[in-house]
Amino acid sequence: MLRFVLTRVGLVIPTFLGIILLTFILIRLVPGDPVQVRVGERGITEERRLALLHEMGLDRPLHVQFFDYVGGVLQGDLGISIITKKPVMVEFLTLFPATLELAFFAILFAASIGLPLGVIAAVRRGSAFDHTVMGLSLTGYSMPIFWWGLLLILLFSVDLGWTPVAKRLSDDYFVDQVTGFMLIDTLLSDDPMNEGSFLDALHHLILPTVVLGTVPLAVIARMTRSAMLEVLGEDYIRTARAKGLGSIRVVAVHALRNALVPVVTVIGLQVGTLMGGAILTETVFSWPGIGKWLVESIGRRDYPALQGGVLVIAALVMTVNLAVDLLYGLLNPRIRHRR
Amino acid sequence: MPLLEIRNLAVEFQTHRGPFRAVDGVDLTLEPGELLGVVGESGSGKSVTMLAVMGLIAWPGKVTADVMRFDGIDLMSLSDSDRRKIVGKDIAMIFQEPMTSLNPSFSVGYQIMETLAVHEGGSRRERRRRTIELLEQVGIPAAASRLDSFPHQLSGGMCQRVMIAMAIACNPKLLIADEPTTALDVTIQAQILDLLVSLSRERNMAMVLITHDMGVVAETAQRVMVMYASQQVEEQPAERLFEQPRHPYTAALLEALPERALEKRLNTIPGVVPGIADRPSGCVFNPRCNFAQERCRIEQPLLEPKLGARVRCHFPIRGDVS
Repeated sequence: MLRFVLTRVGLVIPTFLGIILLTFILIRLVPGDPVQVRVGERGITEERRLALLHEMGLDRPLHVQFFDYVGGVLQGDLGISIITKKPVMVEFLTLFPATLELAFFAILFAASIGLPLGVIAAVRRGSAFDHTVMGLSLTGYSMPIFWWGLLLILLFSVDLGWTPVAKRLSDDYFVDQVTGFMLIDTLLSDDPMNEGSFLDALHHLILPTVVLGTVPLAVIARMTRSAMLEVLGEDYIRTARAKGLGSIRVVAVHALRNALVPVVTVIGLQVGTLMGGAILTETVFSWPGIGKWLVESIGRRDYPALQGGVLVIAALVMTVNLAVDLLYGLLNPRIRHRR
Repeated sequence: MPLLEIRNLAVEFQTHRGPFRAVDGVDLTLEPGELLGVVGESGSGKSVTMLAVMGLIAWPGKVTADVMRFDGIDLMSLSDSDRRKIVGKDIAMIFQEPMTSLNPSFSVGYQIMETLAVHEGGSRRERRRRTIELLEQVGIPAAASRLDSFPHQLSGGMCQRVMIAMAIACNPKLLIADEPTTALDVTIQAQILDLLVSLSRERNMAMVLITHDMGVVAETAQRVMVMYASQQVEEQPAERLFEQPRHPYTAALLEALPERALEKRLNTIPGVVPGIADRPSGCVFNPRCNFAQERCRIEQPLLEPKLGARVRCHFPIRGDVS
């Protein structure tokens, strides 16, 4: 087991170097530089432009910039944002809870609906329910999420007026950022003006959660169904029935336990998709999280912010995938006991 | 009162070509403590017959019977939940592939204790004690230390012993063993078979032994039922069946045993078992039968008592029983 973990961690280093190199090059391939973007159409003298570039250290040869950056990263320094002049790590940590909160609810939403739907669809395979669920999940999976978000806003926010259009909290409230998780911060706030802010925050979460959770929901439902179908045909399911167990116990304990291994993998893999989806969802809903920040950083050619943000997200995705691999062992004794 | 009484059992599945009868007109009576062998080729309906008794034929399979009574209880009219109170407790079943018949995600101790919990309740400690006792009874060494083992850590023979322990956990009156030794090594086969027979004797537990191994039947069964192409073709006490089979299929089957081969070349039955779509009219065995006549091709024989056996044949083999 220890060897397994070490091998996996060993793989992380080359992956990181690749990610750093890729983001470093890609963002510099985008036309324009931070200075040009900032001055806009007014123009600037060539002299002043070069002076500003020199100030940012962007006039040095690319490889020097790269090794300088890698050197910083190795010491835990992600650099300083060109625009806000704040350390990238600080920026990231300030905004990340908003994304994490959204992603957590999205995956919770996706798993709590997708798992039962997939299980029932498998148990009643070929039924109208099965066909409906699979048809809907294919639709959900194929839906471009920015468009899906806009559709939901049109229906629920604009036409019906049930949900807020954007942001994490109504303008009526002002909640100090303590943990960064709005649901917790609103509860922590003892300002009488903020009464009801918790429900308001929850209210703001609904639509973004649904939008971000749609693709994972579809994937989880389909994966659960196919894993369950395979397991339900196994000999040990017949044994469980022959023991006189009720059908709920047979499905929920004997079958689901074995079907969970591939499903948990898929849920783990969705974390990557979720981060990608968060960028679109946060942009649509003006959600002040990492996704929106990254998109803005691209617009502002804020090289350190973008590089740092992508790197930390990549680290998170890899950590989750590693955790999922370790979780296998708990779910599947055949893996646990293998040397 | 017989322990198990079945009249005219049929199991039907819907196929692309219309309904198909996997079991057709099986009559069966089993006394308490009796050991019945059910023989037949793969696909002859042996397992499906017994799965129907267990109530394990899944939709869209359809089970019909004039009578299906176990220990005085009418199984056909029983609700699913009442049926489950009998299945696993009074009627238990073990299967052909012990390695895949146990759930890989749970320890063997858990799987046995689960049966006890469902049917008998009792405290956790009591169940644990009882499980160790059961594992010892089926000949698993160091039983207490095996409780937490997972199926993949045990050999096929050990897994089958665990399956047996699970099956006998609630002292069933009937144990159905569906080819319990087919997937095991030859040396282990005899051990498992001995174990089953001795358990059956000790506990006065009736047993249905499904097999395609005539040798196994000869050694263990008191009575033998022979199945061919969904139908029961013959039934006799074991000794008489081996001495004087009445149905031409049974006779051909016995002649095909290597032990009985008198010449260098092994006797075989010409042709193959008819498939789902090409069941012949008249007697199902007529295309392969050496004694088939015009009547056999037209009229389906009934399962009737003839010459001291129950046989489904117009012209059962005569011949004296010494």
